[in-house]
Amino acid sequence: MKVVLENLTKKFPSRNKREKADVIAVNNFTFEIPDGKLIGLLGPSGCGKSTMLNLLCGLLTPTSGKIFFGEDDVTNLPPENRGVGLVFQNYALYPHLTVKQNITFPLENLKGAAKLSKEVMAQKALEAAKLVQIDGLMDRKPSELSGGQQQRVAIARALVKMPRILLLDEPLSNLDARLRLQTREEIRRIQRETGITTIFVTHDQEEAMSISDMIVVMKDGILQQIGKPQEVYDEPVNMFVATFLGTPPINVFDAEVKDGKLYIGKEAVLEVKGVADREVYAAIRPEGFILKEDGVFGCDLNEVEVMGRDISVVSKHKNSRNTEIRSIISSDTKIELNSSVVRFDIKPHKVFIFDKETEERIYFDVNEGDL
Amino acid sequence: MEKRNLKGWLYLLPAILFLGVFMVYPLIDVFIYSFEEGYNSASQTFFGVGAYNYSYVLHDPYFLQAIKNTFILVVITVPVSTGLALLISVGLNSIKPLRDLYQTVYFLPYVTNTLAVGLVFMILFKKTAYSDGLVNMLINLFGGTSVDFIDGPYWAKMFVLCFYTVWVVLPFKILILTSALASVNEDYYKAAKVDGTSRLRIFTRITVPMISPTLFYLIITGFIGAFKAYSDAVALFGTDLNAAEMNTIVGYIYDMLYGNSGGYPSYASAAAIILFAIVLTITCINLLVSKKHVHYS
Repeated sequence: MKVVLENLTKKFPSRNKREKADVIAVNNFTFEIPDGKLIGLLGPSGCGKSTMLNLLCGLLTPTSGKIFFGEDDVTNLPPENRGVGLVFQNYALYPHLTVKQNITFPLENLKGAAKLSKEVMAQKALEAAKLVQIDGLMDRKPSELSGGQQQRVAIARALVKMPRILLLDEPLSNLDARLRLQTREEIRRIQRETGITTIFVTHDQEEAMSISDMIVVMKDGILQQIGKPQEVYDEPVNMFVATFLGTPPINVFDAEVKDGKLYIGKEAVLEVKGVADREVYAAIRPEGFILKEDGVFGCDLNEVEVMGRDISVVSKHKNSRNTEIRSIISSDTKIELNSSVVRFDIKPHKVFIFDKETEERIYFDVNEGDL
Repeated sequence: MEKRNLKGWLYLLPAILFLGVFMVYPLIDVFIYSFEEGYNSASQTFFGVGAYNYSYVLHDPYFLQAIKNTFILVVITVPVSTGLALLISVGLNSIKPLRDLYQTVYFLPYVTNTLAVGLVFMILFKKTAYSDGLVNMLINLFGGTSVDFIDGPYWAKMFVLCFYTVWVVLPFKILILTSALASVNEDYYKAAKVDGTSRLRIFTRITVPMISPTLFYLIITGFIGAFKAYSDAVALFGTDLNAAEMNTIVGYIYDMLYGNSGGYPSYASAAAIILFAIVLTITCINLLVSKKHVHYS
């Protein structure tokens, strides 16, 4: 089921009475999510992503705009008629019911023609449990399960009615690091097996990048960028998206464009054709540095961290807006760093420049090997 | 190990001392009195030992009346007050405007003196030479005939007593239940809503199990409190409860000790032990039932 949002807006009245301005949690969202995909809704805390999820499942009604599931306008439908499954951040499993009763609960609510017999219910519950691999725990209470198992039960409960859309609110935030890796693969697998369009909310960009077919980056209730994770990473539309995605974070410098060249400090590091002379932010991905003795860009060396596969060179530059510059170099490179200055060449397609006022991307023509 | 045990007992000593002196010793004493026939507290003498006290009390029509009254009171007021409190709390929990005001209004009876409330009930229900009382005025308005609720037929008096008891115990129960309801995580209701659960089913399958420990606490203390009822009856019907046919078990015990027919500590002790046995039995039954229906998270 594809999901279409049209000018979706949600305002909350301001808590502060003297301040009349409403809080706009979701501001004029318009986008389309194709059928059967896994979508990561990504943004920092307080950016409105949970509001977005509540709008999609119908717990909140939008101030304006429309939501379509497929061709159906569901904007004014109550949650139970939308055909959504929702997995809460804290799972919200009923503690007094067993795993089986928890999974069966949504089925027991069906009325009229949709009413199911006990056998069918048990059958469906077992199918859902098998899908998330908890069919051996059916008679346990939630308190007797680990966090990861509770998560699975919550997913099974959301899936048992075969919803048109599955929504997950911060599905991995309550799990420890190892379980998190495991569970995100699990979510990927379950989504593939069922083919249900799945939208999950997260503030962890790594989580979103690793399993999503598409990511939706938002900030302060405003849609920043939507696309395949790699595309968004490679072509961020503004400085926020560039800095929000990627670990270690992108290195941002105060820079200047002069005569078609990008200057960081006094050094021209890159040719940027077709950009008028102006002050800009230059952002360089950690993997965009090439260690070279006579490189175009010099930084003060702090230390070299060897991490097996990669070498991370930590350095400083007076124009850097980050406290330290991190560059990731393949460990195949032989490095002998004796001086206090380290010099790099820059990979042009790993450099983005942004307007200082609007922080919007300024595009330039990349000619590999120009320098 | 031995030494550590000793230290533990030392910590417990103050509590054990006070509980022993003021609870365990009197309890044992009452138990002994109840078997001492014709015990005289002034001369500390008695005629003999046996079950005569029990036999006397159990054949005393006043005591039988008191047991009947107490049981009616318990059976009616505990379910009615708990049920009403639950409905009101759920109502309070689901409204936003004026919630604080309503909460205060419902809580007022709790801080009001029992006897003062009794006076108000007299005005509402008592029939005097000058007025039939407010309730009778209402009954007359709808074409009924006046009923004397205070000195009239048994059922009318019992009705007033139950009404009064429910009204007095309601605030505390509402207070406890509203806080229990407020502590239920909102996400459970959201999850239920997304699953299309009807309001009734949310109430019976989620709300009630979630607050079942609190409900159970209220039911147990409700039972115990109702079995120990006495001051409510006095506030409504005066001190001569036997004459009014409105005596309770505790009232009977009091009368046996200090009332007009007083001076019989042995009979009072026997009655007290019978009450103790009844309350203990009911509480045990409650505990057994609760094992199945109360969910501690």
